[in-house]
Amino acid sequence: MNIIVASGKGGTGKTLVAANLAYALSDQKEVLLVDCDVEEPNLHLFFPQGGYELPVTTPVPVFDADRCTGCGRCAEVCRYGAITVLKEPPPLFFEKLCHSCGGCEMSCPEGAIHEEERAIGKIRFSNPRDNIILISGILDEGEVMAPRVIAAAKSYAGGHPTTILDASPGIACPVVEAMQGADYCILVTESTPFGLHDLALAESVTRCLGIPSGVIINRFSEEDDQVTDFCRSKDLPVLMTIPFDREIARIQNTGGLISESMPAYREKFADLFSRVTSAGGFSR
Amino acid sequence: MKVCITSKGPGPDDMMEERFGRAPFFIFFDTEGEEHNAVENPFASGAGGVGPRAAQVLIDNGAKAVVTGNVGGNALGALRAAGISIYFLREPGTVKAAFQQFKDGKLTEAV
Ligand code: SF4
Ligand code: SF4
Repeated sequence: MNIIVASGKGGTGKTLVAANLAYALSDQKEVLLVDCDVEEPNLHLFFPQGGYELPVTTPVPVFDADRCTGCGRCAEVCRYGAITVLKEPPPLFFEKLCHSCGGCEMSCPEGAIHEEERAIGKIRFSNPRDNIILISGILDEGEVMAPRVIAAAKSYAGGHPTTILDASPGIACPVVEAMQGADYCILVTESTPFGLHDLALAESVTRCLGIPSGVIINRFSEEDDQVTDFCRSKDLPVLMTIPFDREIARIQNTGGLISESMPAYREKFADLFSRVTSAGGFSR
Repeated sequence: MKVCITSKGPGPDDMMEERFGRAPFFIFFDTEGEEHNAVENPFASGAGGVGPRAAQVLIDNGAKAVVTGNVGGNALGALRAAGISIYFLREPGTVKAAFQQFKDGKLTEAV
Protein backbone atom coordinates (compact mmCIF):
# COMPACT_ATOMS: atom_id res chain seq x y z
CA MET A 1 0.00 0.00 0.00
CA ASN A 2 1.45 3.27 -1.16
CA ILE A 3 -0.10 6.41 0.26
CA ILE A 4 1.14 9.76 -0.91
CA VAL A 5 0.57 12.99 0.97
CA ALA A 6 0.48 16.02 -1.31
CA SER A 7 -0.68 19.63 -1.39
CA GLY A 8 -1.04 22.27 -4.06
CA LYS A 9 1.33 24.59 -2.22
CA GLY A 10 3.81 24.62 0.64
CA GLY A 11 3.04 25.33 4.27
CA THR A 12 -0.29 23.53 4.52
CA GLY A 13 0.97 20.93 6.95
CA LYS A 14 1.56 18.17 4.42
CA THR A 15 4.72 16.90 6.09
CA LEU A 16 2.99 17.04 9.42
CA VAL A 17 0.23 14.77 8.18
CA ALA A 18 2.75 12.29 6.77
CA ALA A 19 4.70 12.26 10.04
CA ASN A 20 1.59 11.92 12.23
CA LEU A 21 0.19 9.15 10.09
CA ALA A 22 3.45 7.22 10.25
CA TYR A 23 3.67 7.69 13.99
CA ALA A 24 0.10 6.54 14.57
CA LEU A 25 0.60 3.41 12.47
CA SER A 26 3.93 2.49 14.00
CA ASP A 27 2.02 1.20 17.05
CA GLN A 28 0.72 -1.63 14.91
CA LYS A 29 3.22 -2.27 12.16
CA GLU A 30 6.39 -1.22 10.43
CA VAL A 31 6.00 1.91 8.31
CA LEU A 32 8.28 3.11 5.57
CA LEU A 33 8.31 6.88 5.22
CA VAL A 34 9.72 8.32 2.01
CA ASP A 35 10.51 12.01 1.82
CA CYS A 36 10.05 12.91 -1.85
CA ASP A 37 10.26 16.67 -1.22
CA VAL A 38 13.86 16.44 -2.39
CA GLU A 39 14.41 20.17 -2.77
CA GLU A 40 13.50 20.76 0.85
CA PRO A 41 13.26 17.48 2.69
CA ASN A 42 12.06 18.02 6.24
CA LEU A 43 10.51 14.81 7.54
CA HIS A 44 13.74 14.18 9.41
CA LEU A 45 12.96 17.21 11.58
CA PHE A 46 10.16 15.18 13.16
CA PHE A 47 12.33 12.10 13.30
CA PRO A 48 15.88 13.17 14.07
CA GLN A 49 18.08 10.63 12.45
CA GLY A 50 21.57 9.40 12.06
CA GLY A 51 21.61 6.78 9.38
CA TYR A 52 23.71 6.45 6.29
CA GLU A 53 23.73 7.89 2.80
CA LEU A 54 24.11 6.69 -0.76
CA PRO A 55 24.78 9.04 -3.68
CA VAL A 56 22.35 9.55 -6.57
CA THR A 57 24.13 10.06 -9.84
CA THR A 58 23.19 10.90 -13.39
CA PRO A 59 25.12 10.34 -16.63
CA VAL A 60 26.52 13.49 -18.23
CA PRO A 61 28.62 13.95 -21.37
CA VAL A 62 32.39 14.24 -21.26
CA PHE A 63 34.09 15.70 -24.33
CA ASP A 64 37.28 14.47 -25.93
CA ALA A 65 39.03 17.62 -27.15
CA ASP A 66 41.32 15.65 -29.48
CA ARG A 67 38.46 14.09 -31.40
CA CYS A 68 36.07 17.06 -31.37
CA THR A 69 36.04 19.04 -34.63
CA GLY A 70 33.76 21.76 -33.28
CA CYS A 71 31.00 20.83 -35.75
CA GLY A 72 28.30 22.13 -33.41
CA ARG A 73 25.98 19.14 -33.71
CA CYS A 74 25.81 18.43 -29.96
CA ALA A 75 24.77 21.99 -29.10
CA GLU A 76 22.06 21.88 -31.77
CA VAL A 77 20.69 18.64 -30.41
CA CYS A 78 20.65 19.69 -26.76
CA ARG A 79 17.15 20.94 -25.97
CA TYR A 80 18.29 22.22 -22.60
CA GLY A 81 21.03 24.56 -23.70
CA ALA A 82 23.63 22.65 -21.71
CA ILE A 83 26.29 22.82 -24.45
CA THR A 84 27.89 25.78 -26.20
CA VAL A 85 30.36 25.00 -28.97
CA LEU A 86 33.25 27.43 -29.08
CA LYS A 87 35.72 28.03 -31.90
CA GLU A 88 38.22 25.86 -30.06
CA PRO A 89 37.22 22.40 -28.82
CA PRO A 90 36.14 21.08 -26.44
CA PRO A 91 32.61 22.49 -26.18
CA LEU A 92 31.58 24.29 -23.01
CA PHE A 93 29.32 22.14 -20.85
CA PHE A 94 26.85 23.42 -18.24
CA GLU A 95 26.32 20.39 -16.08
CA LYS A 96 23.48 21.87 -14.07
CA LEU A 97 21.39 22.39 -17.20
CA CYS A 98 21.91 18.84 -18.45
CA HIS A 99 18.92 16.46 -18.24
CA SER A 100 20.93 13.35 -19.14
CA CYS A 101 18.93 12.63 -22.28
CA GLY A 102 21.98 11.15 -24.02
CA GLY A 103 21.17 13.00 -27.25
CA CYS A 104 24.56 14.65 -27.61
CA GLU A 105 26.48 11.42 -27.28
CA MET A 106 24.33 9.74 -29.90
CA SER A 107 24.59 12.61 -32.34
CA CYS A 108 28.33 13.30 -32.25
CA PRO A 109 29.71 12.23 -35.64
CA GLU A 110 33.26 11.99 -34.26
CA GLY A 111 32.56 9.80 -31.25
CA ALA A 112 34.04 12.60 -29.15
CA ILE A 113 31.46 12.28 -26.37
CA HIS A 114 31.16 9.61 -23.72
CA GLU A 115 29.14 9.63 -20.53
CA GLU A 116 30.28 9.65 -16.93
CA GLU A 117 28.27 9.61 -13.74
CA ARG A 118 27.94 12.83 -11.79
CA ALA A 119 26.44 13.10 -8.28
CA ILE A 120 23.32 15.27 -8.05
CA GLY A 121 21.99 14.25 -4.67
CA LYS A 122 21.74 11.51 -2.10
CA ILE A 123 19.40 9.14 -0.38
CA ARG A 124 19.58 8.98 3.40
CA PHE A 125 18.36 5.91 5.25
CA SER A 126 17.53 5.84 8.93
CA ASN A 127 15.52 4.03 11.54
CA PRO A 128 14.58 6.91 13.88
CA ARG A 129 12.28 4.84 16.10
CA ASP A 130 10.75 1.39 16.39
CA ASN A 131 8.75 0.49 13.33
CA ILE A 132 9.63 3.62 11.38
CA ILE A 133 12.10 3.53 8.54
CA LEU A 134 12.80 6.85 6.91
CA ILE A 135 14.18 7.24 3.38
CA SER A 136 14.92 10.85 2.45
CA GLY A 137 15.71 11.99 -1.07
CA ILE A 138 18.02 15.00 -1.08
CA LEU A 139 18.71 17.03 -4.21
CA ASP A 140 21.99 18.95 -4.11
CA GLU A 141 21.83 22.75 -4.18
CA GLY A 142 21.37 24.18 -7.67
CA GLU A 143 20.57 20.86 -9.33
CA VAL A 144 17.52 20.48 -11.56
CA MET A 145 16.85 16.78 -11.78
CA ALA A 146 14.52 16.33 -8.82
CA PRO A 147 12.55 13.54 -10.52
CA ARG A 148 15.67 11.39 -10.71
CA VAL A 149 16.32 11.64 -6.97
CA ILE A 150 12.64 10.95 -6.26
CA ALA A 151 12.69 7.88 -8.48
CA ALA A 152 15.81 6.65 -6.68
CA ALA A 153 14.23 7.15 -3.24
CA LYS A 154 11.12 5.29 -4.37
CA SER A 155 13.10 2.44 -5.84
CA TYR A 156 14.86 1.90 -2.50
CA ALA A 157 11.43 1.77 -0.89
CA GLY A 158 10.72 -1.27 -3.06
CA GLY A 159 7.40 -2.92 -2.39
CA HIS A 160 7.16 -2.30 1.33
CA PRO A 161 3.54 -3.07 2.37
CA THR A 162 3.03 0.19 4.25
CA THR A 163 4.67 3.07 2.48
CA ILE A 164 3.86 6.71 3.11
CA LEU A 165 5.33 9.25 0.72
CA ASP A 166 5.65 12.97 1.34
CA ALA A 167 5.47 14.78 -2.02
CA SER A 168 6.93 18.19 -2.74
CA PRO A 169 4.43 21.06 -2.74
CA GLY A 170 2.91 22.20 -6.02
CA ILE A 171 1.92 20.25 -9.08
CA ALA A 172 5.09 20.25 -11.22
CA CYS A 173 7.04 17.25 -12.60
CA PRO A 174 8.52 16.18 -9.24
CA VAL A 175 5.02 15.79 -7.78
CA VAL A 176 3.84 13.73 -10.72
CA GLU A 177 6.97 11.57 -10.40
CA ALA A 178 6.28 11.06 -6.69
CA MET A 179 2.60 10.24 -7.30
CA GLN A 180 3.21 7.60 -9.96
CA GLY A 181 2.21 4.22 -8.65
CA ALA A 182 0.49 5.51 -5.49
CA ASP A 183 -2.63 3.66 -4.36
CA TYR A 184 -4.13 6.63 -2.59
CA CYS A 185 -3.43 10.33 -2.32
CA ILE A 186 -4.13 12.43 0.74
CA LEU A 187 -4.41 16.09 -0.25
CA VAL A 188 -3.69 18.51 2.56
CA THR A 189 -5.20 21.98 2.41
CA GLU A 190 -6.40 24.87 4.54
CA SER A 191 -9.79 26.57 4.64
CA THR A 192 -8.75 29.72 2.83
CA PRO A 193 -9.40 30.88 -0.75
CA PHE A 194 -5.72 30.27 -1.56
CA GLY A 195 -5.93 26.81 -0.09
CA LEU A 196 -8.95 26.10 -2.24
CA HIS A 197 -7.27 27.26 -5.44
CA ASP A 198 -4.23 25.08 -4.86
CA LEU A 199 -6.35 22.14 -3.79
CA ALA A 200 -8.29 22.34 -7.05
CA LEU A 201 -5.03 22.15 -9.03
CA ALA A 202 -3.70 19.22 -7.01
CA GLU A 203 -7.02 17.42 -7.31
CA SER A 204 -6.89 17.70 -11.09
CA VAL A 205 -3.47 16.03 -11.10
CA THR A 206 -4.63 13.05 -9.03
CA ARG A 207 -7.69 12.78 -11.25
CA CYS A 208 -5.47 12.78 -14.34
CA LEU A 209 -3.28 10.04 -12.89
CA GLY A 210 -6.33 8.09 -11.79
CA ILE A 211 -5.32 7.98 -8.12
CA PRO A 212 -8.19 7.90 -5.64
CA SER A 213 -7.86 10.77 -3.20
CA GLY A 214 -9.29 12.41 -0.13
CA VAL A 215 -8.70 15.68 1.71
CA ILE A 216 -7.44 16.69 5.12
CA ILE A 217 -8.28 20.28 5.99
CA ASN A 218 -5.68 21.76 8.29
CA ARG A 219 -6.26 24.91 10.40
CA PHE A 220 -9.92 24.29 9.76
CA SER A 221 -12.35 27.10 10.51
CA GLU A 222 -16.10 26.81 10.13
CA GLU A 223 -16.59 30.44 9.10
CA ASP A 224 -14.22 30.43 6.21
CA ASP A 225 -14.97 27.04 4.81
CA GLN A 226 -15.30 26.83 1.04
CA VAL A 227 -13.17 23.73 0.89
CA THR A 228 -15.91 21.42 2.12
CA ASP A 229 -18.25 22.63 -0.62
CA PHE A 230 -15.55 22.11 -3.21
CA CYS A 231 -14.95 18.56 -1.99
CA ARG A 232 -18.64 17.81 -2.15
CA SER A 233 -18.84 19.10 -5.70
CA LYS A 234 -15.88 16.96 -6.75
CA ASP A 235 -17.05 13.92 -4.84
CA LEU A 236 -13.87 14.05 -2.77
CA PRO A 237 -14.17 12.72 0.76
CA VAL A 238 -13.01 14.97 3.60
CA LEU A 239 -10.92 12.52 5.61
CA MET A 240 -10.20 14.69 8.60
CA THR A 241 -10.29 18.28 9.76
CA ILE A 242 -7.64 19.64 12.10
CA PRO A 243 -8.96 22.77 13.81
CA PHE A 244 -7.01 25.91 14.36
CA ASP A 245 -6.18 25.30 18.00
CA ARG A 246 -3.61 26.72 20.41
CA GLU A 247 -2.54 23.41 21.84
CA ILE A 248 -2.08 21.87 18.39
CA ALA A 249 -0.12 24.89 17.21
CA ARG A 250 2.09 24.73 20.30
CA ILE A 251 2.91 21.07 19.77
CA GLN A 252 3.65 21.58 16.11
CA ASN A 253 5.75 24.68 16.61
CA THR A 254 8.06 22.77 18.91
CA GLY A 255 8.50 20.02 16.35
CA GLY A 256 6.20 17.62 18.17
CA LEU A 257 3.58 15.29 16.75
CA ILE A 258 -0.06 15.54 17.73
CA SER A 259 -0.45 11.80 17.29
CA GLU A 260 2.22 11.38 19.96
CA SER A 261 0.96 13.87 22.55
CA MET A 262 -2.77 13.68 21.83
CA PRO A 263 -4.05 10.08 21.86
CA ALA A 264 -7.29 11.14 20.17
CA TYR A 265 -5.31 12.13 17.08
CA ARG A 266 -3.32 8.93 17.13
CA GLU A 267 -6.62 7.09 16.86
CA LYS A 268 -7.93 9.42 14.20
CA PHE A 269 -4.89 8.91 12.00
CA ALA A 270 -4.84 5.15 12.51
CA ASP A 271 -8.54 5.00 11.72
CA LEU A 272 -8.06 7.17 8.65
CA PHE A 273 -5.48 4.73 7.36
CA SER A 274 -7.69 1.70 7.76
CA ARG A 275 -10.62 3.42 6.07
CA VAL A 276 -8.47 4.58 3.17
CA THR A 277 -6.97 1.16 2.65
CA SER A 278 -10.03 -0.98 3.26
CA ALA A 279 -11.50 -2.80 0.30
CA GLY A 280 -13.66 -0.53 -1.78
CA GLY A 281 -11.76 2.49 -0.58
CA PHE A 282 -13.17 5.32 1.46
CA SER A 283 -16.94 5.61 1.28
CA ARG A 284 -17.84 8.89 -0.31
CA MET B 1 34.42 43.98 -35.87
CA LYS B 2 30.98 42.47 -35.44
CA VAL B 3 28.84 43.64 -32.55
CA CYS B 4 25.45 42.26 -31.53
CA ILE B 5 22.63 44.34 -30.05
CA THR B 6 19.73 42.52 -28.41
CA SER B 7 16.48 43.80 -29.89
CA LYS B 8 12.72 43.67 -29.50
CA GLY B 9 12.24 43.68 -33.28
CA PRO B 10 14.02 42.89 -36.54
CA GLY B 11 15.15 46.44 -37.47
CA PRO B 12 17.65 49.02 -36.16
CA ASP B 13 14.76 51.37 -35.36
CA ASP B 14 13.24 48.86 -32.99
CA MET B 15 13.81 49.16 -29.27
CA MET B 16 16.75 47.48 -27.67
CA GLU B 17 15.82 44.46 -25.54
CA GLU B 18 17.30 44.38 -22.04
CA ARG B 19 17.18 40.59 -21.62
CA PHE B 20 19.93 38.67 -23.35
CA GLY B 21 18.77 35.04 -23.59
CA ARG B 22 15.15 35.96 -24.16
CA ALA B 23 15.74 38.76 -26.67
CA PRO B 24 13.38 38.22 -29.64
CA PHE B 25 16.07 39.33 -32.12
CA PHE B 26 19.81 39.73 -32.34
CA ILE B 27 20.98 42.47 -34.67
CA PHE B 28 24.57 42.26 -35.85
CA PHE B 29 26.42 45.38 -36.99
CA ASP B 30 29.82 45.70 -38.55
CA THR B 31 31.76 48.58 -37.01
CA GLU B 32 33.60 49.07 -40.31
CA GLY B 33 30.57 49.16 -42.60
CA GLU B 34 26.97 50.28 -42.76
CA GLU B 35 25.31 46.91 -43.12
CA HIS B 36 23.55 44.96 -40.43
CA ASN B 37 21.68 41.70 -40.28
CA ALA B 38 18.96 40.51 -37.95
CA VAL B 39 18.67 36.98 -36.60
CA GLU B 40 15.53 35.85 -34.88
CA ASN B 41 16.24 34.17 -31.53
CA PRO B 42 14.62 30.74 -31.74
CA PHE B 43 14.97 30.30 -27.96
CA ALA B 44 13.31 33.57 -26.89
CA SER B 45 10.40 31.73 -25.30
CA GLY B 46 12.23 28.51 -24.43
CA ALA B 47 11.75 26.86 -21.08
CA GLY B 48 15.34 26.71 -19.86
CA GLY B 49 18.95 26.95 -20.87
CA VAL B 50 18.15 29.89 -23.14
CA GLY B 51 21.31 31.77 -22.16
CA PRO B 52 23.94 29.36 -23.48
CA ARG B 53 21.90 28.73 -26.62
CA ALA B 54 21.60 32.44 -27.29
CA ALA B 55 25.36 32.72 -26.78
CA GLN B 56 25.74 30.00 -29.40
CA VAL B 57 23.83 32.16 -31.91
CA LEU B 58 26.32 34.99 -31.28
CA ILE B 59 29.31 32.69 -31.61
CA ASP B 60 27.97 31.20 -34.84
CA ASN B 61 27.49 34.70 -36.25
CA GLY B 62 31.01 35.75 -35.38
CA ALA B 63 30.16 38.50 -32.88
CA LYS B 64 33.06 39.91 -30.87
CA ALA B 65 30.96 42.13 -28.60
CA VAL B 66 27.38 42.32 -27.36
CA VAL B 67 25.34 45.26 -26.08
CA THR B 68 22.44 44.22 -23.84
CA GLY B 69 20.80 44.95 -20.49
CA ASN B 70 21.27 41.76 -18.51
CA VAL B 71 23.11 38.48 -18.91
CA GLY B 72 22.41 35.38 -16.79
CA GLY B 73 25.16 33.32 -15.18
CA ASN B 74 25.34 30.51 -17.73
CA ALA B 75 25.25 32.86 -20.72
CA LEU B 76 27.92 34.97 -19.08
CA GLY B 77 30.15 31.90 -18.83
CA ALA B 78 29.55 31.01 -22.47
CA LEU B 79 30.16 34.55 -23.75
CA ARG B 80 33.33 34.88 -21.66
CA ALA B 81 34.64 31.51 -22.84
CA ALA B 82 33.97 32.54 -26.43
CA GLY B 83 35.87 35.82 -25.91
CA ILE B 84 32.84 38.02 -26.62
CA SER B 85 32.99 41.33 -24.72
CA ILE B 86 29.85 42.37 -22.89
CA TYR B 87 28.57 45.95 -22.69
CA PHE B 88 25.58 46.82 -20.54
CA LEU B 89 23.18 49.56 -21.56
CA ARG B 90 20.24 50.03 -19.25
CA GLU B 91 18.42 53.13 -20.54
CA PRO B 92 15.70 52.38 -23.04
CA GLY B 93 16.46 53.40 -26.62
CA THR B 94 16.58 52.14 -30.17
CA VAL B 95 18.99 49.54 -31.43
CA LYS B 96 20.51 52.13 -33.75
CA ALA B 97 21.16 54.51 -30.86
CA ALA B 98 22.74 51.70 -28.85
CA PHE B 99 25.05 50.85 -31.72
CA GLN B 100 26.00 54.52 -32.09
CA GLN B 101 26.87 54.76 -28.40
CA PHE B 102 28.97 51.64 -28.73
CA LYS B 103 30.78 53.00 -31.78
CA ASP B 104 31.44 56.31 -30.03
CA GLY B 105 33.07 54.46 -27.16
CA LYS B 106 30.45 55.67 -24.68
CA LEU B 107 29.80 52.24 -23.18
CA THR B 108 32.11 50.57 -20.71
CA GLU B 109 32.88 46.90 -20.91
CA ALA B 110 31.54 44.72 -18.12
CA VAL B 111 34.35 42.90 -16.36
S1 SF4 C 1 29.10 16.90 -31.97
FE1 SF4 C 1 31.07 15.98 -31.39
S2 SF4 C 1 32.52 16.81 -32.85
FE2 SF4 C 1 30.70 18.07 -33.01
S3 SF4 C 1 31.10 19.79 -31.60
FE3 SF4 C 1 30.00 18.25 -30.43
S4 SF4 C 1 31.60 17.03 -29.49
FE4 SF4 C 1 32.59 18.20 -31.10
S1 SF4 D 1 22.78 14.56 -22.33
FE1 SF4 D 1 21.07 15.62 -23.31
S2 SF4 D 1 20.68 17.33 -21.90
FE2 SF4 D 1 22.71 16.56 -21.39
S3 SF4 D 1 24.08 17.81 -22.60
FE3 SF4 D 1 23.67 15.97 -23.81
S4 SF4 D 1 21.95 16.58 -25.13
FE4 SF4 D 1 22.06 18.09 -23.48
